[in-house]
Amino acid sequence: MSGDYLFYLWGSYGVTFLLLFLEIFFLLKRKREAKT
Amino acid sequence: MKWFWYASPQTFYPLAGRMAPWFAAAAALLCIAGLYVGLVVAPSDAQQGEVYRVIYIHVPAAWMSMFIYVVMAGWAAFGLAFNTRLSGMMASALAPTGALFAAIALWTGSLWGRPTWGTYWVWDARLTSELILLFLYLGFIALQAAIDDPRRADRAGALLAIVGAVNIPIIHYSVVWWNTLHQGASVSVTRAPTMAAQMLTGLLLMAFAFWMYAIAVTLVRVRCIIREREG
Repeated sequence: MSGDYLFYLWGSYGVTFLLLFLEIFFLLKRKREAKT
Repeated sequence: MKWFWYASPQTFYPLAGRMAPWFAAAAALLCIAGLYVGLVVAPSDAQQGEVYRVIYIHVPAAWMSMFIYVVMAGWAAFGLAFNTRLSGMMASALAPTGALFAAIALWTGSLWGRPTWGTYWVWDARLTSELILLFLYLGFIALQAAIDDPRRADRAGALLAIVGAVNIPIIHYSVVWWNTLHQGASVSVTRAPTMAAQMLTGLLLMAFAFWMYAIAVTLVRVRCIIREREG
């Protein structure tokens, strides 16, 4: 996949999965803190 | 299934713990399948080329942002009517994920809009009402965080969630009621699909992946809330 649209396409996918990863990261952190 | 038995936070806690890994696994598998179909199998769009593939993220995220709000407002209303502790906890657990999907829908829509419309943003009815949805989520989270007593926070949040639910039909019908730059509905249950079968398959797989993801993280979060509130 190539072309002028790489920024828009991968900017969408990259940020989406980064945000989902961050939600999981902070949720697991909260889970650890809730257990202590 | 003993529905009323599981209405208690103490009995729902272990059930949520058992269900969350299954929903997480389903989300991962559906996401892999959806990304494969959307990015590899589905053909390019005749007019938009490759950039149309943003829809595999954008459309499911937008659907989930609205669906989660309806579920959140439903739990909140149930809690307000029947004074059940778990309802407020579920509404609180849903809000951050709903806000996340609203933000993703706005972000990806903006990145799709630039190459196709020529602009990242317009104050169009669909975009503006989706932005208001994000603000409603953030307002709900902030309102609950500002009140120390969790039960009072649940009641205050519930009122906001119920009143804000009026925005959901506005988002959905905005492209019908107003002359918007945003296109009409991508998929409808009342008419045959207008896109290629592979495109629709990828879209639905990603929608189900996001749905399973939302359930998994909500179950984990509600377990945290139960522990934080009730030890």
